[in-house]
Amino acid sequence: MTDAGTLIEVDHLFKTYPVAEKGDRLVLDDLNFRLAPGEIVAVLGKSGSGKSTFLRIIAGLSEPSQGEVRYQGKPVTGPVRGAGMVFQSFALFPWLTVLGNVELGLEALNVPRDERRKRAEAAIDLIGLDGFKSAYPKELSGGMRQRVGFARALVINPDVLLLDEPFSALDVLTAETLRGDLVDLWRDRKIPTKSILMVSHNIEESVEMADRILIFSSDPGRIRAEIRVPLPRPRDWNSPGFRNIVDQVYTLLTTLPGGAAGKRARGEPGVEGQEFSMRIPDAPTQQLSALIDTLMEDRYRGRADLPDLAEYQNLQLDDLFVLLDGMQLLGFAHVGGGDVELTPAGKNFSNAEMDQRKKIFGEHLLGNVPLAAHIQKILKERPNHRAPASRFLTELEDHMSEEDANDTLERIINWCRYAELFAYDYDTETFRLEDDSEDA
Amino acid sequence: MRSMLWGLPVRGWQDRLRPNFWDVVAFPLLFGLLTMIVVGAGGMTKPFDLGVQQAISLDPLNLPYYALRTVLRMFIALGVSFAFTLIYAAAAAKSRMAEKILIPILDILQSIPILSFLTITVTGWIALFPGSLLGPECAAIFAIFTSQAWNMTFSLYQSLRTVPLDLQEAARMYHVGPWGRFWRLELPHAMPNLIWNMMMSVSGGWFFVVASEAFTVDGHDIALPGVGSYIAAAMAQRNLTAVGYAVAIMLVVILGYDQLLFRPLISWSRKFRSEMEPGLESDRPWFLTMLQKAGLARAFLMGFRATGRGWDQTVGRTAYLALKMVGSGLSTPMDRPRKTPRWVERGYNALLSIIALYVTYRLGAVVASQLELSEVERVFLLGLVTAVRVLVLIALATIIWVPIGVWVGLRPALTARVQPIVQFMAAFPNNLFFPVAVVLILRFHANTEIWLSPLMILGTQWYILFNVIAGAASLPRDFQYVAQNLGVSRWVWWRRLIIPAIFPAYITGALTAAGGSWNAAIVSEWVKWGPDTLTATGIGAYIHVASDQGDTARLILGTAVLCIYVILLNRLLWRRLYNYAAERMRLDDV
Repeated sequence: MTDAGTLIEVDHLFKTYPVAEKGDRLVLDDLNFRLAPGEIVAVLGKSGSGKSTFLRIIAGLSEPSQGEVRYQGKPVTGPVRGAGMVFQSFALFPWLTVLGNVELGLEALNVPRDERRKRAEAAIDLIGLDGFKSAYPKELSGGMRQRVGFARALVINPDVLLLDEPFSALDVLTAETLRGDLVDLWRDRKIPTKSILMVSHNIEESVEMADRILIFSSDPGRIRAEIRVPLPRPRDWNSPGFRNIVDQVYTLLTTLPGGAAGKRARGEPGVEGQEFSMRIPDAPTQQLSALIDTLMEDRYRGRADLPDLAEYQNLQLDDLFVLLDGMQLLGFAHVGGGDVELTPAGKNFSNAEMDQRKKIFGEHLLGNVPLAAHIQKILKERPNHRAPASRFLTELEDHMSEEDANDTLERIINWCRYAELFAYDYDTETFRLEDDSEDA
Repeated sequence: MRSMLWGLPVRGWQDRLRPNFWDVVAFPLLFGLLTMIVVGAGGMTKPFDLGVQQAISLDPLNLPYYALRTVLRMFIALGVSFAFTLIYAAAAAKSRMAEKILIPILDILQSIPILSFLTITVTGWIALFPGSLLGPECAAIFAIFTSQAWNMTFSLYQSLRTVPLDLQEAARMYHVGPWGRFWRLELPHAMPNLIWNMMMSVSGGWFFVVASEAFTVDGHDIALPGVGSYIAAAMAQRNLTAVGYAVAIMLVVILGYDQLLFRPLISWSRKFRSEMEPGLESDRPWFLTMLQKAGLARAFLMGFRATGRGWDQTVGRTAYLALKMVGSGLSTPMDRPRKTPRWVERGYNALLSIIALYVTYRLGAVVASQLELSEVERVFLLGLVTAVRVLVLIALATIIWVPIGVWVGLRPALTARVQPIVQFMAAFPNNLFFPVAVVLILRFHANTEIWLSPLMILGTQWYILFNVIAGAASLPRDFQYVAQNLGVSRWVWWRRLIIPAIFPAYITGALTAAGGSWNAAIVSEWVKWGPDTLTATGIGAYIHVASDQGDTARLILGTAVLCIYVILLNRLLWRRLYNYAAERMRLDDV
């Protein structure tokens, strides 16, 4: 079963989280994966696709519910030795200096003091932090902090680097430099690291760095596709080959089935209790309107290429997809083949005045989001046209975790407030029909 | 400047050990400290027998020695509190079974008046060290301990539960073991809050250290050498001059505490915070600068650290292995809480309930065997009187200090000057001023029911002022500009801007002040001045008398009732207001 030299093997991995009464929620569904020596693999997916959980299970920080993970042939039972991990939030100890933070990983390995110091200093020099040794993390900029994160991971001479969105908290320029430096170190074999596994939500970043890109679908997370990136390094973001792969990734990501919106879009029959199991994308109404307006500009005339749109609007992948999900769910746009196209309703919305917009939004909300229709129905049935939030929360919690239920309700409240369908009182946590007498 | 000492670049650690200017200050201070500890500790183990009068001389020349003893008591208590905090909070934070019982216990301990601890436990302590002054010393230290430990423990417990997940993961990923995690991650993370609470506890503790040095057991007066018993003796002899001396020496002590400990520690603890706090980057306290720059102090610290390392490596590993063998909850990673079988949990709950019922029954039996039911009713009424007193005083302090606090807090330069003074006032043991108040009451034949009351809040009102200033100072400038821009009236400015803005801080202050006032009631509702005794009706006086007469049943009853009042007020009033303020009036997530 074990291939010689393979660094990481994942077989039939499942992960579930317990949810209230209705059993468990499947987060990762039958994942199989191999990491070979000498490659960089990127994992891409929308938020909620479980890609971070996947990385944590490989790192030994979280337990799989089923299946097996092996690191260099040995089953993973706890935090893996010989793998360095870099975190999105840097995860530096604020009370330790740069040197102290870098030495931390060696201390646990019982490396003698003098050698520890020497190796830490070498790692610090390597990553370009010479001169910052005695600084505390809070004195450094974000980019410098993440360099400390990398030095801490590299000082233990890891065979594998596990990167959890390491560049996403950095500004564009800083991220680019750090990425380049890392790939150079790895290609020039200045670090003993054989392979890198990186979770990312930035398509261009993944195409720039990776030999292979795994594309995760969400709800539950599955490996939907794998794209090889045969481009020579260093890679030029503007070369036709590069753009071509970026387009491919967008196309794959947008044609993936995933979540309730996808099922509805494909006209699959509604599951029972769908009004409670559907997840509402966290798409603010102001951004939705702005994106619809952008799509109506002369540049796009109702149809846009997603990579181009993302760049033009300076949108992160997650933000873009959340908005696209929202537009699709409400029936304002179709997404497919790496493109987004406004529906006639979307065009109407864009041409309308403020009040008319709210009306259109409300109609589409009631027509496409069963939870909104459900809340309205209940409020209409009740003699005083009021209902406590807890009533709907309990219903939601039968189908999702408490946290998801809260999120879902919060999002529906925002949408419905914009559409003026019904009002919500924060202090008393009650819904009421909007046409009720309004008290200050 | 230091990097070019004597015109030579200074590099490497050996050079940093060269003597410098700060050594001139550090040397005498360090050795003075060592000498003081030796002298003070020597006095604590002198022989002692109950009933033999301890002579407290009013000669001011003895005061420095008395002050030394008082300070020593305080710091021994602080050390014990710290150790207690580490163990208790860690246990509560790491084990769900322990948490279930430890936290409610802490909640109740917190509401027991500190002076009740003193009288309830003193006979036990004396029995433990027969014929030695160590018995009463321990009783006093224990009382001071109880004034510090609960607060610190809560703080650490809360911090331990909020260690950022990414740091936990990083520590696990880099194989830092549970023992290492506690010292390298969890405790440092808790440090800023712990230090702050520690210093606040010490500030509050000066009151109790003074109050717990002279007390009565079974009708026998005990006086431990210290500023507190000095002032008690001065009151017994109606000597106002001596009171003045005591106030003066205490001023020096508090000033020393403020400069040598409070400020340096708070400033030092900022290094454990993950972000810079621009507003708080005040001047570095001179004493901290000295410790960090003086070569001698540095050598001292390095030796200390080396010892620590050795300790960490030998004791730490042994302890870790032991823990591993026991299979304690300490080694459970955070993301997989171990599931205890249902029946174990139920059995545990049942066991706890049985113990609680049994203890209640035994204590109830003691009280019931000696006291009538009507007495219980009377004590509840007395509690009500004191409760009214506390609330009225808090209201008065609010009316006085809120406007002043806001006025100061909105002026940054003034705030920087006033805040240290207020902190100082909060630390000063206000019971030293009681004689002055008593003399005034006697002179004007004032009503003790009314005029003894202000003593309850004399020391605790500063918490209100302190917090209001801090709350007003943290109000973003923009809010004020908006108010100015809209030209709002004074009334609207208060109602819509200032009051909501300072509310969370004010509640914190008022809650602390109320808690302190309940404690102070015991000493301020019953004050002796020579042969005269001034009393006010209330549960404080009831407890004081019961404790002086060694009346255990009444002492337990009084303490229990007071606890009930404090807990009820906390639950029904303060905690609700606090939660409301925390949720609705936070400025940081607008």
